[in-house]
Amino acid sequence: MNITDVAAEIAGRKKSVTRIVHDTLDRIERANARINAYITVLGEEALADARRLDEELAGGTYRGPLHGIPISVKDLIDVQGAPTTAASRVRSGHLAGRDAGVVSRLRAAGAVIVGKTNLHEFAYGTTSDESAYGAVRNPVAPDRSAGGSSGGSAAAIAEELCAGSVGTDTGGSIRIPSAACGVVGLKPTLGEVPTDGVVPLSQTLDHVGPMAADVAGAWLLYHAMVAAPVAVLDGRRVPSLSSLSFGVPRRYFLDLLDDEVRATFEDVMGRLRDRGVAVRDVDVPHAALASTVYLHLQLPESSCYHAASLESRPDLYAPSIRLRLEMGRYVLAEDYVRALRGREILRDEVDRALNGVDVLALPALAIPAPLLGQGAVTIEGRDVPVRAVMLRLTQLFNVTGHPAISLPCGVTSGRLPVGLQLVGRRDATSDVLLTAAAVEGTSRLPASGSWLPHRRQE
Amino acid sequence: MTEPVVPRDVAAWLAAAVADAERRKLPEMKALLENLSHATAALRAADWNEGPAPAGRTSGDVAN
Repeated sequence: MNITDVAAEIAGRKKSVTRIVHDTLDRIERANARINAYITVLGEEALADARRLDEELAGGTYRGPLHGIPISVKDLIDVQGAPTTAASRVRSGHLAGRDAGVVSRLRAAGAVIVGKTNLHEFAYGTTSDESAYGAVRNPVAPDRSAGGSSGGSAAAIAEELCAGSVGTDTGGSIRIPSAACGVVGLKPTLGEVPTDGVVPLSQTLDHVGPMAADVAGAWLLYHAMVAAPVAVLDGRRVPSLSSLSFGVPRRYFLDLLDDEVRATFEDVMGRLRDRGVAVRDVDVPHAALASTVYLHLQLPESSCYHAASLESRPDLYAPSIRLRLEMGRYVLAEDYVRALRGREILRDEVDRALNGVDVLALPALAIPAPLLGQGAVTIEGRDVPVRAVMLRLTQLFNVTGHPAISLPCGVTSGRLPVGLQLVGRRDATSDVLLTAAAVEGTSRLPASGSWLPHRRQE
Repeated sequence: MTEPVVPRDVAAWLAAAVADAERRKLPEMKALLENLSHATAALRAADWNEGPAPAGRTSGDVAN
């Protein structure tokens, strides 16, 4: 379900908002038990909002391309009157008193919130299989992870259980599941989208951003999220491929990749080169220290937020989440300060890597979606922890705050999606989206969603 | 000189952290803390720590 098409149906009065929301709720009813993408479905509220938006249309008020678009919200983000579970028993009984800032902005643009999506508990993981509400299953291969932590959002989009979603990304939690499920996910520049009403994982690294079936959908949601005018992506603004130059940070980022992810990435780069994109290698000298810097920022910040409940209700956390939260209590303040210094160094290095190129290009996820519960993968003869390898290509840009998008660029021989990551200059998120729109048409992808197993049987 | 409550030497820090986790009945943390100690050692060895102190401070300054 792509937002632009649905918006055209609503604007052209081919379908009412109520019909579209009703159909979406029907699909959720049929599919959610299979993939567990939603924790809470807001059926009555969504239908009431849809009727109100239909009345507005009948009265001549059209809010723009998000008018009546059914979207979901990661269940880490407040929606007034609904619980924000963070996929944890710790939050049992919570009810949000008001909308998060980002939700208010989307509602103002006309979006209809159909439900709250499942995630890795407290967004503290990359696989969405540690959730008090059960594991999210990847619609592409239900025995596999949907990625995380915004796994429910990505799965819901891939399965057409919403047209778009609001995710959060602290180390890759929008881009990783987007890559794993074959959808588009954008981490905007740090600080662009408000984080009020969002349960934090790390105040320094948290980003809120859009997820959608295609770049044009992410474009619309992003502009609503930053309270900018929301207009359909104008093809005349999309740059020609021959006007673009990409930097590939090979060292470190391409050192440890699944063979098929590598082959897919190199194939895409080759096709872009053939179509006129100037591609050259670039370097981020301290990239290998990104995870170290990340850890010494994220661990203590997470522990700080959870300090009271770690004392009073430790047994309500999933055991592995509790242990990670406890670990942050042992990081020394002096090491936190060293990490803050490292963050400045890395930010300058990524800025320099972008000198003379439009974006950095690299895979979003070094492996295809792992099996549910899989702890380690073998890559190039090495056993590596799944969590570390899944964060490897994304977390640097949370540390530095640069905008980054993942868009599908191919599938493996097992038909598992592979994501291409494009990283742009800080405060130039729109340019990243425009570049992604230029690239989107060049990938050798099956038609959107057609790799889903049940669709192949249709 | 008095020993700090939490030692800053990485090996001593790790030993103290593991002992504390075991006292708190969290022995599973040992492996995680060992991994963290490697990351902490790498962070401290980073060449950016060799740079000058921020303007207005010297290496002799302590908490004020």
